[in-house]
Amino acid sequence: MDLIRLKNVEKKYKNGVTAIYDLNLAIEKGSFVFVIGGSGSGKSTLIKMLYREEKPTKGQVIVGGLDVAKLKNKKVYKLRRKLGIVFQDYRLLPKLTVYENVAFALECIGEKKDDIRIKVLKALEDVGLKNKVHEYPGNLSGGEQQRVAIARAIVNDPKLLLCDEPTGNLDPEKSMEIMRVLEDINKGRGTTIIMATHDKEIVNKMKKQVITLKDGHLVRFKQKGTYAE
Amino acid sequence: MKPFRMLGRSIRDAVKSVIRNFSLSLASISCITITLIIVAVAIIASYNVQNFTKEIERDMTIVVFLDNDATESDVKKVEKEIKAINNVEKYTFQSKQEVKEKMQEESEVFNTVLNNWDDEESPLKDTFQVKVKEIEKISSTAKKIEYIDKVSVVRYGEGMVDKMVNAFSAVEKVTYGIVIALVLVTVFLIVNTIKLTISARRKEIEIMRLVGASNLTIKMPFIIEGMILGLFGSIVPILIVIYGYFAFYRYFDGYLYSRLIQLIQPEPFVYQISLIVIGIGILVGMIGSASAVRRYLKV
Repeated sequence: MDLIRLKNVEKKYKNGVTAIYDLNLAIEKGSFVFVIGGSGSGKSTLIKMLYREEKPTKGQVIVGGLDVAKLKNKKVYKLRRKLGIVFQDYRLLPKLTVYENVAFALECIGEKKDDIRIKVLKALEDVGLKNKVHEYPGNLSGGEQQRVAIARAIVNDPKLLLCDEPTGNLDPEKSMEIMRVLEDINKGRGTTIIMATHDKEIVNKMKKQVITLKDGHLVRFKQKGTYAE
Repeated sequence: MKPFRMLGRSIRDAVKSVIRNFSLSLASISCITITLIIVAVAIIASYNVQNFTKEIERDMTIVVFLDNDATESDVKKVEKEIKAINNVEKYTFQSKQEVKEKMQEESEVFNTVLNNWDDEESPLKDTFQVKVKEIEKISSTAKKIEYIDKVSVVRYGEGMVDKMVNAFSAVEKVTYGIVIALVLVTVFLIVNTIKLTISARRKEIEIMRLVGASNLTIKMPFIIEGMILGLFGSIVPILIVIYGYFAFYRYFDGYLYSRLIQLIQPEPFVYQISLIVIGIGILVGMIGSASAVRRYLKV
Protein backbone atom coordinates (compact mmCIF):
# COMPACT_ATOMS: atom_id res chain seq x y z
CA MET A 1 0.00 0.00 0.00
CA ASP A 2 1.17 3.50 -0.71
CA LEU A 3 1.90 5.58 2.34
CA ILE A 4 2.38 8.75 0.34
CA ARG A 5 0.74 9.78 -2.88
CA LEU A 6 1.18 13.06 -4.73
CA LYS A 7 -1.09 13.94 -7.63
CA ASN A 8 -0.39 16.85 -9.95
CA VAL A 9 1.22 18.80 -7.17
CA GLU A 10 2.35 22.32 -7.86
CA LYS A 11 3.89 24.68 -5.36
CA LYS A 12 4.22 28.34 -6.11
CA TYR A 13 5.54 30.59 -3.39
CA LYS A 14 4.06 33.99 -2.73
CA ASN A 15 7.11 35.71 -4.18
CA GLY A 16 6.25 34.12 -7.53
CA VAL A 17 8.87 31.38 -7.50
CA THR A 18 7.53 27.99 -8.50
CA ALA A 19 9.36 25.30 -6.55
CA ILE A 20 7.50 22.23 -7.78
CA TYR A 21 5.83 21.66 -11.14
CA ASP A 22 3.17 19.00 -11.65
CA LEU A 23 4.66 16.31 -9.45
CA ASN A 24 3.22 12.78 -9.31
CA LEU A 25 4.62 10.31 -6.82
CA ALA A 26 3.71 7.21 -4.89
CA ILE A 27 5.85 5.91 -2.07
CA GLU A 28 5.25 2.51 -0.57
CA LYS A 29 5.02 1.75 3.09
CA GLY A 30 8.32 0.63 4.55
CA SER A 31 10.50 2.04 1.81
CA PHE A 32 13.67 4.11 2.17
CA VAL A 33 13.76 6.92 -0.33
CA PHE A 34 16.39 9.55 -1.05
CA VAL A 35 15.32 12.85 -2.55
CA ILE A 36 18.24 14.39 -4.38
CA GLY A 37 18.84 17.43 -6.48
CA GLY A 38 20.81 20.63 -6.40
CA SER A 39 19.92 23.79 -4.52
CA GLY A 40 16.57 25.11 -5.65
CA SER A 41 15.54 21.76 -7.10
CA GLY A 42 12.51 21.68 -4.78
CA LYS A 43 13.56 18.85 -2.49
CA SER A 44 13.13 20.85 0.68
CA THR A 45 9.77 22.10 -0.56
CA LEU A 46 8.71 18.51 -1.19
CA ILE A 47 9.67 17.49 2.35
CA LYS A 48 7.95 20.58 3.78
CA MET A 49 4.75 19.73 1.94
CA LEU A 50 4.81 16.26 3.44
CA TYR A 51 4.64 17.62 6.98
CA ARG A 52 2.52 20.55 5.94
CA GLU A 53 4.91 23.31 6.67
CA GLU A 54 3.92 24.35 3.16
CA LYS A 55 0.65 23.77 1.37
CA PRO A 56 0.62 22.80 -2.31
CA THR A 57 -0.93 25.45 -4.53
CA LYS A 58 -2.41 22.75 -6.75
CA GLY A 59 -2.97 19.03 -6.55
CA GLN A 60 -3.23 16.48 -3.81
CA VAL A 61 -0.72 15.40 -1.18
CA ILE A 62 -1.88 12.35 0.72
CA VAL A 63 0.15 11.12 3.68
CA GLY A 64 -1.11 8.08 5.54
CA GLY A 65 -4.65 8.67 4.32
CA LEU A 66 -4.71 12.36 5.28
CA ASP A 67 -5.18 14.93 2.54
CA VAL A 68 -2.50 17.33 3.62
CA ALA A 69 -3.58 20.17 1.33
CA LYS A 70 -7.06 20.20 2.86
CA LEU A 71 -5.83 19.89 6.45
CA LYS A 72 -6.88 22.89 8.52
CA ASN A 73 -4.29 24.71 10.56
CA LYS A 74 -5.93 23.49 13.74
CA LYS A 75 -5.69 19.86 12.64
CA VAL A 76 -2.07 19.84 11.56
CA TYR A 77 -1.09 18.12 14.79
CA LYS A 78 -2.96 15.00 13.66
CA LEU A 79 -0.57 14.66 10.75
CA ARG A 80 2.48 15.52 12.81
CA ARG A 81 1.76 12.74 15.27
CA LYS A 82 2.00 10.23 12.44
CA LEU A 83 5.46 11.31 11.41
CA GLY A 84 8.86 12.18 12.75
CA ILE A 85 11.04 14.94 11.37
CA VAL A 86 14.81 15.35 11.51
CA PHE A 87 16.58 18.53 10.43
CA GLN A 88 20.08 19.49 9.52
CA ASP A 89 20.39 21.71 12.61
CA TYR A 90 19.08 19.08 15.10
CA ARG A 91 16.67 21.52 16.81
CA LEU A 92 17.21 20.27 20.34
CA LEU A 93 16.35 22.27 23.44
CA PRO A 94 19.67 23.18 25.05
CA LYS A 95 18.32 23.45 28.58
CA LEU A 96 16.93 19.93 28.60
CA THR A 97 18.93 16.72 28.94
CA VAL A 98 18.99 14.08 26.23
CA TYR A 99 16.29 12.15 28.03
CA GLU A 100 14.12 15.25 28.52
CA ASN A 101 14.54 16.30 24.90
CA VAL A 102 13.20 12.98 23.69
CA ALA A 103 10.52 12.81 26.37
CA PHE A 104 9.39 16.32 25.40
CA ALA A 105 7.84 14.96 22.21
CA LEU A 106 5.65 12.60 24.21
CA GLU A 107 4.85 15.08 26.98
CA CYS A 108 3.50 17.47 24.39
CA ILE A 109 0.93 14.95 23.29
CA GLY A 110 0.01 14.00 26.84
CA GLU A 111 1.45 10.52 27.26
CA LYS A 112 1.66 8.92 30.69
CA LYS A 113 4.92 9.27 32.56
CA ASP A 114 5.56 5.53 32.80
CA ASP A 115 4.89 5.03 29.09
CA ILE A 116 7.15 7.95 28.29
CA ARG A 117 10.01 6.37 30.22
CA ILE A 118 9.75 3.04 28.43
CA LYS A 119 9.45 4.59 24.98
CA VAL A 120 12.22 7.14 25.48
CA LEU A 121 14.72 4.57 26.70
CA LYS A 122 13.83 2.27 23.80
CA ALA A 123 14.32 5.08 21.28
CA LEU A 124 17.64 6.12 22.81
CA GLU A 125 18.78 2.52 22.74
CA ASP A 126 17.88 2.30 19.05
CA VAL A 127 20.11 5.25 18.24
CA GLY A 128 22.88 3.97 20.54
CA LEU A 129 22.80 6.72 23.15
CA LYS A 130 21.58 4.86 26.20
CA ASN A 131 24.71 5.78 28.12
CA LYS A 132 24.20 9.54 27.58
CA VAL A 133 20.66 10.07 28.77
CA HIS A 134 21.57 12.68 31.38
CA GLU A 135 23.95 14.72 29.23
CA TYR A 136 22.99 18.10 27.85
CA PRO A 137 23.03 18.55 24.05
CA GLY A 138 25.83 21.09 24.36
CA ASN A 139 28.16 18.37 25.65
CA LEU A 140 27.52 16.05 22.72
CA SER A 141 29.18 15.85 19.32
CA GLY A 142 27.21 16.79 16.22
CA GLY A 143 26.62 13.17 15.32
CA GLU A 144 25.34 12.39 18.79
CA GLN A 145 23.06 15.43 18.78
CA GLN A 146 21.61 14.30 15.48
CA ARG A 147 21.00 10.86 16.96
CA VAL A 148 19.13 12.48 19.84
CA ALA A 149 17.03 14.30 17.27
CA ILE A 150 16.36 11.00 15.50
CA ALA A 151 15.39 9.39 18.80
CA ARG A 152 12.95 12.24 19.38
CA ALA A 153 11.52 11.78 15.90
CA ILE A 154 10.94 8.04 16.30
CA VAL A 155 9.94 7.92 19.96
CA ASN A 156 6.25 8.05 19.09
CA ASP A 157 6.79 5.18 16.65
CA PRO A 158 5.69 7.10 13.56
CA LYS A 159 4.91 5.47 10.24
CA LEU A 160 7.01 8.00 8.41
CA LEU A 161 10.34 9.62 9.15
CA LEU A 162 11.22 12.74 7.17
CA CYS A 163 14.84 13.83 7.12
CA ASP A 164 15.88 17.17 5.63
CA GLU A 165 19.64 16.98 5.04
CA PRO A 166 20.30 15.18 8.33
CA THR A 167 23.98 14.72 7.53
CA GLY A 168 24.51 18.21 6.19
CA ASN A 169 26.57 19.35 9.19
CA LEU A 170 28.48 16.12 9.74
CA ASP A 171 31.73 14.66 8.46
CA PRO A 172 31.54 11.52 6.25
CA GLU A 173 32.26 9.14 9.10
CA LYS A 174 29.56 10.54 11.37
CA SER A 175 27.24 10.71 8.38
CA MET A 176 27.59 6.98 7.81
CA GLU A 177 26.86 6.41 11.49
CA ILE A 178 23.63 8.33 11.11
CA MET A 179 22.77 6.36 7.98
CA ARG A 180 23.28 3.08 9.80
CA VAL A 181 20.93 4.26 12.54
CA LEU A 182 18.35 5.25 9.93
CA GLU A 183 18.67 1.94 8.14
CA ASP A 184 18.16 0.07 11.42
CA ILE A 185 15.05 2.09 12.08
CA ASN A 186 13.78 1.40 8.57
CA LYS A 187 14.35 -2.34 8.95
CA GLY A 188 13.69 -2.79 12.66
CA ARG A 189 10.61 -0.64 13.08
CA GLY A 190 9.41 -0.75 9.48
CA THR A 191 9.35 3.02 9.40
CA THR A 192 9.14 4.59 5.97
CA ILE A 193 12.04 7.01 5.57
CA ILE A 194 12.26 9.91 3.15
CA MET A 195 15.53 11.75 3.21
CA ALA A 196 16.51 14.84 1.27
CA THR A 197 20.25 15.06 0.73
CA HIS A 198 22.92 16.20 -1.64
CA ASP A 199 25.55 13.82 -0.29
CA LYS A 200 26.51 11.70 -3.32
CA GLU A 201 28.59 9.24 -1.38
CA ILE A 202 25.77 8.28 0.95
CA VAL A 203 23.28 7.82 -1.85
CA ASN A 204 25.67 5.69 -3.86
CA LYS A 205 26.60 3.51 -0.90
CA MET A 206 23.09 2.90 0.42
CA LYS A 207 21.54 1.67 -2.85
CA LYS A 208 18.02 2.81 -1.96
CA GLN A 209 15.20 4.28 -3.99
CA VAL A 210 16.14 7.65 -5.38
CA ILE A 211 13.91 10.50 -6.44
CA THR A 212 15.82 13.04 -8.50
CA LEU A 213 14.44 16.54 -8.78
CA LYS A 214 15.69 19.29 -11.03
CA ASP A 215 14.29 22.83 -11.07
CA GLY A 216 11.03 21.57 -9.59
CA HIS A 217 10.55 18.70 -12.05
CA LEU A 218 10.77 15.00 -11.31
CA VAL A 219 13.65 13.71 -13.41
CA ARG A 220 13.93 10.15 -12.22
CA PHE A 221 12.48 7.74 -9.66
CA LYS A 222 14.68 4.66 -9.44
CA GLN A 223 14.84 1.60 -7.25
CA LYS A 224 18.39 1.05 -5.95
CA GLY A 225 19.46 4.27 -7.56
CA THR A 226 22.64 6.26 -7.44
CA TYR A 227 23.45 9.91 -7.58
CA ALA A 228 23.62 10.39 -11.33
CA GLU A 229 24.38 13.77 -12.77
CA MET B 1 -6.80 11.59 32.66
CA LYS B 2 -4.95 13.05 29.74
CA PRO B 3 -6.53 16.52 29.95
CA PHE B 4 -5.50 16.81 33.59
CA ARG B 5 -1.96 15.77 32.79
CA MET B 6 -1.78 18.41 30.08
CA LEU B 7 -3.31 21.01 32.37
CA GLY B 8 -0.74 20.20 35.05
CA ARG B 9 2.04 20.68 32.55
CA SER B 10 0.58 23.95 31.37
CA ILE B 11 0.30 25.28 34.89
CA ARG B 12 3.86 24.23 35.66
CA ASP B 13 5.15 25.97 32.54
CA ALA B 14 3.08 29.07 33.28
CA VAL B 15 4.40 29.40 36.83
CA LYS B 16 7.96 28.84 35.62
CA SER B 17 7.58 31.54 33.06
CA VAL B 18 6.08 34.03 35.52
CA ILE B 19 9.11 33.51 37.76
CA ARG B 20 11.60 33.57 34.89
CA ASN B 21 10.32 36.90 33.57
CA PHE B 22 9.88 38.22 37.06
CA SER B 23 10.40 41.92 36.44
CA LEU B 24 8.00 42.06 33.53
CA SER B 25 5.51 39.90 35.38
CA LEU B 26 5.73 42.29 38.29
CA ALA B 27 5.10 45.23 35.98
CA SER B 28 1.99 43.53 34.60
CA ILE B 29 0.81 42.56 38.04
CA SER B 30 1.23 46.13 39.33
CA CYS B 31 -0.64 47.48 36.34
CA ILE B 32 -3.46 45.02 36.89
CA THR B 33 -3.42 45.94 40.59
CA ILE B 34 -3.79 49.66 39.90
CA THR B 35 -6.46 49.05 37.31
CA LEU B 36 -8.41 46.77 39.57
CA ILE B 37 -8.24 49.19 42.50
CA ILE B 38 -9.77 51.88 40.35
CA VAL B 39 -12.23 49.44 38.85
CA ALA B 40 -13.22 48.34 42.33
CA VAL B 41 -13.67 51.90 43.55
CA ALA B 42 -15.69 52.67 40.45
CA ILE B 43 -17.89 49.64 40.93
CA ILE B 44 -18.42 50.41 44.60
CA ALA B 45 -19.22 54.02 43.78
CA SER B 46 -21.60 53.13 41.01
CA TYR B 47 -23.40 50.51 43.07
CA ASN B 48 -23.77 53.03 45.86
CA VAL B 49 -24.97 55.68 43.46
CA GLN B 50 -27.51 53.24 42.12
CA ASN B 51 -28.51 52.55 45.66
CA PHE B 52 -28.90 56.28 46.47
CA THR B 53 -30.84 56.87 43.34
CA LYS B 54 -33.15 54.02 44.13
CA GLU B 55 -33.63 55.30 47.66
CA ILE B 56 -34.35 58.78 46.42
CA GLU B 57 -36.62 57.38 43.80
CA ARG B 58 -38.54 55.53 46.42
CA ASP B 59 -38.96 58.69 48.49
CA MET B 60 -39.48 61.11 45.65
CA THR B 61 -43.05 62.16 45.15
CA ILE B 62 -44.57 64.78 42.97
CA VAL B 63 -47.30 66.53 44.91
CA VAL B 64 -50.03 67.92 42.71
CA PHE B 65 -52.28 70.59 44.18
CA LEU B 66 -55.56 71.19 42.44
CA ASP B 67 -57.39 74.52 42.23
CA ASN B 68 -59.61 75.30 45.20
CA ASP B 69 -62.72 75.29 43.08
CA ALA B 70 -62.07 71.88 41.53
CA THR B 71 -65.20 69.81 41.53
CA GLU B 72 -65.38 66.09 41.87
CA SER B 73 -65.63 65.60 38.11
CA ASP B 74 -62.57 67.86 37.64
CA VAL B 75 -60.70 65.61 40.02
CA LYS B 76 -61.71 62.58 37.94
CA LYS B 77 -60.50 64.30 34.78
CA VAL B 78 -57.15 65.19 36.32
CA GLU B 79 -56.77 61.66 37.62
CA LYS B 80 -57.40 60.28 34.15
CA GLU B 81 -54.75 62.52 32.65
CA ILE B 82 -52.16 61.71 35.28
CA LYS B 83 -52.82 58.06 34.72
CA ALA B 84 -52.12 58.54 31.01
CA ILE B 85 -48.58 59.83 31.59
CA ASN B 86 -45.99 57.16 30.84
CA ASN B 87 -43.57 57.86 33.61
CA VAL B 88 -46.19 57.67 36.35
CA GLU B 89 -45.85 54.57 38.40
CA LYS B 90 -48.62 55.09 40.89
CA TYR B 91 -50.51 57.87 42.55
CA THR B 92 -52.71 58.42 45.54
CA PHE B 93 -55.41 60.98 45.96
CA GLN B 94 -56.13 62.98 49.09
CA SER B 95 -59.16 65.17 49.20
CA LYS B 96 -59.16 68.42 51.17
CA GLN B 97 -61.16 66.63 53.80
CA GLU B 98 -58.52 63.95 54.21
CA VAL B 99 -55.76 66.50 54.30
CA LYS B 100 -57.61 68.37 56.96
CA GLU B 101 -58.10 65.31 59.09
CA LYS B 102 -54.49 64.37 58.76
CA MET B 103 -53.36 67.80 59.82
CA GLN B 104 -55.73 67.85 62.71
CA GLU B 105 -54.31 64.59 63.92
CA GLU B 106 -50.83 65.98 63.71
CA SER B 107 -51.24 69.10 65.80
CA GLU B 108 -53.53 70.67 68.35
CA VAL B 109 -53.12 74.13 66.85
CA PHE B 110 -54.14 73.02 63.40
CA ASN B 111 -57.01 71.17 64.95
CA THR B 112 -58.60 74.26 66.41
CA VAL B 113 -57.83 76.53 63.45
CA LEU B 114 -59.07 74.10 60.86
CA ASN B 115 -62.24 73.40 62.75
CA ASN B 116 -63.33 76.98 62.15
CA TRP B 117 -63.38 76.50 58.39
CA ASP B 118 -65.99 74.52 56.63
CA ASP B 119 -65.37 72.80 53.31
CA GLU B 120 -66.38 75.75 51.17
CA GLU B 121 -63.93 78.22 52.51
CA SER B 122 -61.09 75.88 53.30
CA PRO B 123 -57.72 77.05 51.92
CA LEU B 124 -56.64 73.47 51.63
CA LYS B 125 -56.50 71.84 48.24
CA ASP B 126 -57.17 68.41 46.87
CA THR B 127 -53.85 66.69 46.17
CA PHE B 128 -52.42 63.85 44.17
CA GLN B 129 -49.20 62.22 45.26
CA VAL B 130 -47.48 60.81 42.21
CA LYS B 131 -44.58 58.39 42.13
CA VAL B 132 -42.51 58.22 38.97
CA LYS B 133 -40.81 55.28 37.34
CA GLU B 134 -37.66 57.04 36.18
CA ILE B 135 -36.30 59.65 38.52
CA GLU B 136 -34.26 61.29 35.73
CA LYS B 137 -37.46 62.33 33.99
CA ILE B 138 -39.17 63.67 37.06
CA SER B 139 -39.01 67.30 35.97
CA SER B 140 -40.60 66.71 32.57
CA THR B 141 -43.28 64.60 34.17
CA ALA B 142 -43.96 67.35 36.69
CA LYS B 143 -44.25 69.86 33.86
CA LYS B 144 -46.73 67.68 32.02
CA ILE B 145 -48.88 67.48 35.12
CA GLU B 146 -48.69 71.20 35.60
CA TYR B 147 -50.30 71.77 32.19
CA ILE B 148 -53.34 69.73 33.11
CA ASP B 149 -56.44 71.85 33.54
CA LYS B 150 -57.40 72.65 37.13
CA VAL B 151 -53.95 71.86 38.46
CA SER B 152 -52.74 74.82 40.46
CA VAL B 153 -49.26 73.92 41.70
CA VAL B 154 -46.86 71.02 41.28
CA ARG B 155 -44.10 70.46 43.80
CA TYR B 156 -41.15 68.14 44.06
CA GLY B 157 -37.60 68.69 45.28
CA GLU B 158 -36.83 70.32 41.93
CA GLY B 159 -33.36 71.83 42.03
CA MET B 160 -31.82 69.47 44.54
CA VAL B 161 -32.99 66.30 42.88
CA ASP B 162 -32.09 67.35 39.36
CA LYS B 163 -28.60 68.40 40.37
CA MET B 164 -27.94 65.31 42.39
CA VAL B 165 -29.13 62.92 39.72
CA ASN B 166 -27.11 64.72 37.07
CA ALA B 167 -24.01 64.75 39.23
CA PHE B 168 -24.33 61.07 39.95
CA SER B 169 -24.73 60.06 36.35
CA ALA B 170 -21.81 62.28 35.32
CA VAL B 171 -19.59 60.70 37.95
CA GLU B 172 -20.67 57.29 36.77
CA LYS B 173 -19.87 58.05 33.13
CA VAL B 174 -16.44 59.45 33.93
CA THR B 175 -15.51 56.45 36.04
CA TYR B 176 -16.64 54.09 33.30
CA GLY B 177 -14.42 55.96 30.87
CA ILE B 178 -11.41 55.74 33.17
CA VAL B 179 -12.01 52.07 33.83
CA ILE B 180 -12.20 51.21 30.15
CA ALA B 181 -9.02 53.15 29.40
CA LEU B 182 -7.16 51.43 32.22
CA VAL B 183 -8.36 47.99 31.22
CA LEU B 184 -7.07 48.64 27.71
CA VAL B 185 -3.67 49.75 29.00
CA THR B 186 -3.48 46.65 31.16
CA VAL B 187 -4.40 44.35 28.31
CA PHE B 188 -1.68 46.01 26.25
CA LEU B 189 0.88 45.43 29.00
CA ILE B 190 -0.09 41.80 29.36
CA VAL B 191 0.14 41.33 25.61
CA ASN B 192 3.72 42.54 25.85
CA THR B 193 4.59 40.35 28.81
CA ILE B 194 3.25 37.28 27.10
CA LYS B 195 4.91 38.30 23.85
CA LEU B 196 8.25 38.25 25.63
CA THR B 197 7.50 34.86 27.12
CA ILE B 198 6.59 33.57 23.70
CA SER B 199 9.74 34.85 22.08
CA ALA B 200 11.81 33.32 24.88
CA ARG B 201 10.17 30.01 24.10
CA ARG B 202 9.94 30.31 20.34
CA LYS B 203 12.20 27.33 19.74
CA GLU B 204 10.28 25.18 22.15
CA ILE B 205 7.01 26.13 20.51
CA GLU B 206 8.38 25.31 17.09
CA ILE B 207 9.40 21.86 18.29
CA MET B 208 6.05 21.38 19.96
CA ARG B 209 4.37 22.04 16.64
CA LEU B 210 6.68 19.62 14.89
CA VAL B 211 6.07 16.76 17.28
CA GLY B 212 2.33 17.16 17.04
CA ALA B 213 1.22 19.16 20.05
CA SER B 214 -2.29 20.50 19.45
CA ASN B 215 -2.78 24.24 19.25
CA LEU B 216 -4.60 24.22 22.54
CA THR B 217 -1.66 22.48 24.23
CA ILE B 218 0.67 25.15 22.89
CA LYS B 219 -1.54 28.07 23.85
CA MET B 220 -2.62 26.81 27.25
CA PRO B 221 0.54 27.69 29.25
CA PHE B 222 0.46 31.28 27.97
CA ILE B 223 -3.20 31.73 28.70
CA ILE B 224 -2.73 30.28 32.16
CA GLU B 225 0.22 32.63 32.63
CA GLY B 226 -2.07 35.55 31.85
CA MET B 227 -4.63 34.24 34.29
CA ILE B 228 -1.98 33.91 37.00
CA LEU B 229 -0.91 37.51 36.41
CA GLY B 230 -4.55 38.57 36.71
CA LEU B 231 -5.03 36.53 39.85
CA PHE B 232 -1.94 37.98 41.56
CA GLY B 233 -2.96 41.43 40.42
CA SER B 234 -6.33 41.12 42.13
CA ILE B 235 -4.99 40.28 45.61
CA VAL B 236 -4.19 43.83 46.75
CA PRO B 237 -7.37 45.36 45.29
CA ILE B 238 -9.47 42.77 47.09
CA LEU B 239 -7.79 43.50 50.41
CA ILE B 240 -8.36 47.19 49.81
CA VAL B 241 -12.00 46.59 48.93
CA ILE B 242 -12.71 44.49 51.99
CA TYR B 243 -10.82 46.44 54.65
CA GLY B 244 -11.28 49.79 52.99
CA TYR B 245 -15.01 49.57 52.59
CA PHE B 246 -15.57 48.30 56.10
CA ALA B 247 -13.52 51.21 57.46
CA PHE B 248 -15.28 53.68 55.18
CA TYR B 249 -18.67 52.41 56.23
CA ARG B 250 -17.81 52.56 59.90
CA TYR B 251 -16.29 56.03 59.61
CA PHE B 252 -19.42 57.50 58.06
CA ASP B 253 -21.71 55.33 60.12
CA GLY B 254 -23.49 54.12 57.02
CA TYR B 255 -24.54 57.55 55.74
CA LEU B 256 -22.94 60.11 53.51
CA TYR B 257 -23.65 63.80 54.37
CA SER B 258 -27.28 63.22 55.17
CA ARG B 259 -29.70 60.49 56.01
CA LEU B 260 -30.85 60.65 52.43
CA ILE B 261 -27.65 59.11 51.09
CA GLN B 262 -27.40 55.69 52.60
CA LEU B 263 -24.39 53.44 51.95
CA ILE B 264 -24.76 49.79 51.06
CA GLN B 265 -24.18 47.38 53.94
CA PRO B 266 -20.59 46.05 53.70
CA GLU B 267 -21.65 42.45 54.06
CA PRO B 268 -22.04 40.63 51.71
CA PHE B 269 -21.42 43.56 49.37
CA VAL B 270 -17.61 43.56 49.68
CA TYR B 271 -17.40 39.84 48.96
CA GLN B 272 -19.49 40.21 45.85
CA ILE B 273 -17.26 43.06 44.72
CA SER B 274 -14.17 40.92 45.46
CA LEU B 275 -15.52 38.18 43.24
CA ILE B 276 -16.15 40.67 40.47
CA VAL B 277 -12.61 42.04 40.90
CA ILE B 278 -11.03 38.56 40.69
CA GLY B 279 -13.20 37.80 37.70
CA ILE B 280 -12.16 40.96 35.90
CA GLY B 281 -8.47 40.39 36.79
CA ILE B 282 -8.45 36.85 35.44
CA LEU B 283 -10.46 37.82 32.40
CA VAL B 284 -8.20 40.74 31.55
CA GLY B 285 -5.15 38.50 31.94
CA MET B 286 -6.73 35.87 29.76
CA ILE B 287 -7.80 38.27 27.04
CA GLY B 288 -4.36 39.88 27.00
CA SER B 289 -2.50 36.61 26.70
CA ALA B 290 -4.97 35.10 24.25
CA SER B 291 -4.58 38.04 21.92
CA ALA B 292 -0.78 37.93 22.28
CA VAL B 293 -0.79 34.23 21.51
CA ARG B 294 -3.02 34.71 18.50
CA ARG B 295 -0.92 37.51 17.14
CA TYR B 296 2.56 36.16 17.77
CA LEU B 297 2.11 32.42 17.65
CA LYS B 298 -0.10 32.09 14.59
CA VAL B 299 -1.09 28.62 15.62
